[in-house]
Amino acid sequence: MSETNRVALADTIPKMLAHNALEYADRPAFREKDLGIWQSWTWRQVYEEVRALACGLRAVGLKRGDKISIIGDNRPHLYWVMAAAQSLGAVPVPIYQDSIADETLYVLDHAEARMIVVEDQEQVDKVLSVKDRVPRVEFVVYRDARGLRHYEQPFLRTYAALVESGRKLDVTNPAVLDAEIATGKGSDLAIILYTSGTTGRSKGALLTHDNLIVTARNANQSEHIHADEDVLAYLPMAWAGDHIFSYVQAIAAGFTVNCPESPATVMNDLREIGPTFFFAPPRIFENILTQVMIRMEDAGWLKRQAFKYFMAVARRCGAKILERKPVALVDRLLYAMGQVLVYAPLRNVLGFRRIRRAYTAGEAIGPDIFDFYRSIGVNVKQLFGMTEASVYITMQPDDDAKPDTVGLPMRDVEIKISETGEVMFRSPGVFKGYYKNQEATVEALTADGWFRTGDAGFLAPDGHLKIIDRAKDVGRLTDGTLFAPKYIENKLKFFPNIKEAVCLGDGKPYVSALINIDLDAVGNWAERQGITYTSYTDLAGRPEVYDLIQANIERVNRDLERDPNLAGSQIRRFLILHKELDADDGELTRTRKVRRRIIADSYGMLISALYSDKSHIAVEAKVTYEDGRAGLLKADVAIRKIELADVPVPLWKAS
Amino acid sequence: MTQVAPASASTKSIGEVLLKIEDVSLSFGAVHALSEVGFEVRDREILAIIGPNGAGKTTMLNVLSGWYGPDQGGIVFKGVRRRRLRPHEAATLGIARTFQNVALFKRMTTLDNIMTGRHLKMRTNFLDHALYWGRAEREEIAHRETVERIIDFLEIEAIRKVPVGRLPYGLQKRVELARALAAEPTLLLLDEPMAGMNSEEKEDMCRYILDVNDEFGTTMALIEHDMGVVMDISDRVVVLDYGRKIADGPPDRVRADPAVIAAYLGVAHADA
Repeated sequence: MSETNRVALADTIPKMLAHNALEYADRPAFREKDLGIWQSWTWRQVYEEVRALACGLRAVGLKRGDKISIIGDNRPHLYWVMAAAQSLGAVPVPIYQDSIADETLYVLDHAEARMIVVEDQEQVDKVLSVKDRVPRVEFVVYRDARGLRHYEQPFLRTYAALVESGRKLDVTNPAVLDAEIATGKGSDLAIILYTSGTTGRSKGALLTHDNLIVTARNANQSEHIHADEDVLAYLPMAWAGDHIFSYVQAIAAGFTVNCPESPATVMNDLREIGPTFFFAPPRIFENILTQVMIRMEDAGWLKRQAFKYFMAVARRCGAKILERKPVALVDRLLYAMGQVLVYAPLRNVLGFRRIRRAYTAGEAIGPDIFDFYRSIGVNVKQLFGMTEASVYITMQPDDDAKPDTVGLPMRDVEIKISETGEVMFRSPGVFKGYYKNQEATVEALTADGWFRTGDAGFLAPDGHLKIIDRAKDVGRLTDGTLFAPKYIENKLKFFPNIKEAVCLGDGKPYVSALINIDLDAVGNWAERQGITYTSYTDLAGRPEVYDLIQANIERVNRDLERDPNLAGSQIRRFLILHKELDADDGELTRTRKVRRRIIADSYGMLISALYSDKSHIAVEAKVTYEDGRAGLLKADVAIRKIELADVPVPLWKAS
Repeated sequence: MTQVAPASASTKSIGEVLLKIEDVSLSFGAVHALSEVGFEVRDREILAIIGPNGAGKTTMLNVLSGWYGPDQGGIVFKGVRRRRLRPHEAATLGIARTFQNVALFKRMTTLDNIMTGRHLKMRTNFLDHALYWGRAEREEIAHRETVERIIDFLEIEAIRKVPVGRLPYGLQKRVELARALAAEPTLLLLDEPMAGMNSEEKEDMCRYILDVNDEFGTTMALIEHDMGVVMDISDRVVVLDYGRKIADGPPDRVRADPAVIAAYLGVAHADA
């Protein structure tokens, strides 16, 4: 195939773009909604604009190896700035548009950016507020002039002027830029992506054209992504995922990138575009589902009944039909009816009418949410990716997606599990290191090219990778059994009755759990059961509620039991906390993450009771009311023991 | 924010007198709502009219927009003296306004509400509209473009197709501003544009008012209770009390004026 050969020859992103300008000339490359209308640019137009931009940037002094920072929402023009910089061999450094000034300053300074291209006044103001602390920055280019008329700083330039001057240069002497593009090679640095590290300063991952292009081509081939796809570019441009999905993969396959009108209109734009290829973190899938459910509540009786009935059908056989597995004829017919009456209209409303693949990653997705989308025919799949891998590491196959794995290694990716249980991989996408941070690079990257992910996980018997927790959070029971607290807690929290869960087990003989019930969900249930209660504490202490929660825990245990690595970490004893964990009491962070140490301190008595024979314990707890007053809460907390069916001997233990 | 962004007030050029109120008096029965009030509004300026409750601010605005005709005095707009302006005259002359209590068509979408602001600019007749294709269609496209620019300017893209009745109050106020802007006014009257807003919404609204003034050169007269807002955004402040003008000048001077302090605090300054 000469066609693929020619593509294969292009070893840098600008060369691929030049190829697209010939190959896909008049097909849409980018769309952006502006003044209420979707404007589009063809590959040929994009290539011309990128060339003009590159010439303009070159004229103001951007050279091979220089860093150029890009800050703004997803805009076609900002993607083009990346390509223009890369045409000159300069390195784009996108920065999260919602970073605070300090964080922006850090990246600008660390990356040694010489120029900054931003979208509008908001970003100009942010840059100006730190400008005197980044003396290396020579120019700040903005695109949207609104509100900037009175800004007279000599280093400010408009995007339009840059393109205008560049276009003239490119017309008079195109050979200059042709030579620049031809000089670029695959091993050149293509981009620096700063990871939004959860701890400490962010690190700049160095990725080459080879890293990105090989990874993107592999993904396009194995996922059958072609030039006819539409993607909605709505996640931050500084995030590796967006860079791969909406830039490298788009240019590699020649498909269309659609930029929303504004961050607030994304859901609307999603519906208008109807992407065929979509990524969203689990949170977004969850929000969309919640909206559907709320709107269904408001629908008429007939619609509600139809929805209820056909959703039951979908739950029974929808996922199997999506995966082309055998399904009884009756169900097949019912599903076909449901397709016409419920699923297809629903997918259309959600903006998933044309979707072929929807991806999710980043955190665990609730099995109910995952199953919901697959059952109505939306091919949601989980993947495991990292900036340092040029994103793709593992991916679930179309016909084998499960809520609790992240799938099989992608093409050319090798996976291994270290002795400590940490997931490691090696692939053509593995980055070249962290910019100006040899220490972190050596720590993460072995001499023979393996990258330590920092995630604990294992390969299931069917070859799927399971990620269970951050490696540093994983502990051991006294008998050496692997204990991944967050993995179990997440499984518990997927039940609507359980709001928070804290699992204990590191250095203990067995796993036990402190549970916070969800007052709304359980309260609602109690009302329907005719159980009266006066307060959270009262409800939490009810034996009926203990039964309810026990049933949930037993289901989690059954899940764990199926997994030889985790079967030993089933929950043996649990209690329901007499008060809600609260950020005001310091038990949760403001983003609702459990603070284990504080809980271990303030609930020491309860915890020691969990590891004794006691069946209940009297406690007092200090609570802080919303007005700041402190009060004392007394309660008698029951402790339940759960009988385990025959615990199998763990196959996998620490040596 | 930043130290570098220049305040728009310092660089803009305030021009000639656009509107002059000449000794306007207006009574409702025995209530003297306005007594011989006179002041000027200059081109491109942001003028705030303030005063305690019942001072006659809204009455003044209603006289400006032609809703009330004064008993005495007159209005000079763009050099032409009139005893009173009729509302439709005011609109045709380029005076647009927003209301203290949002006065939008609740069941119509944001877009349709703003389109009504273009009504006076439409030239096609009933027959054209009945046929639609041709003249009416071309005209609608042209007007829609203007409206879309305003939507973009006020950043309300996300609610374009939402019936305004479903929007939170702060956004409804912004839609009302958009509708007033759609008339491309020379003089924009804002009756308590920030009433009932939280501080973030107020900040946004201030930004939009300054931006509109800066970008389109629209002259504005606004009534506002939030003194912080008034002092920050206006070029000049007129203070009314019991229907009389008691002060007129730049914010700093007005703030220090003993008569104004007395009117707001209700005490007489013995040493004034």
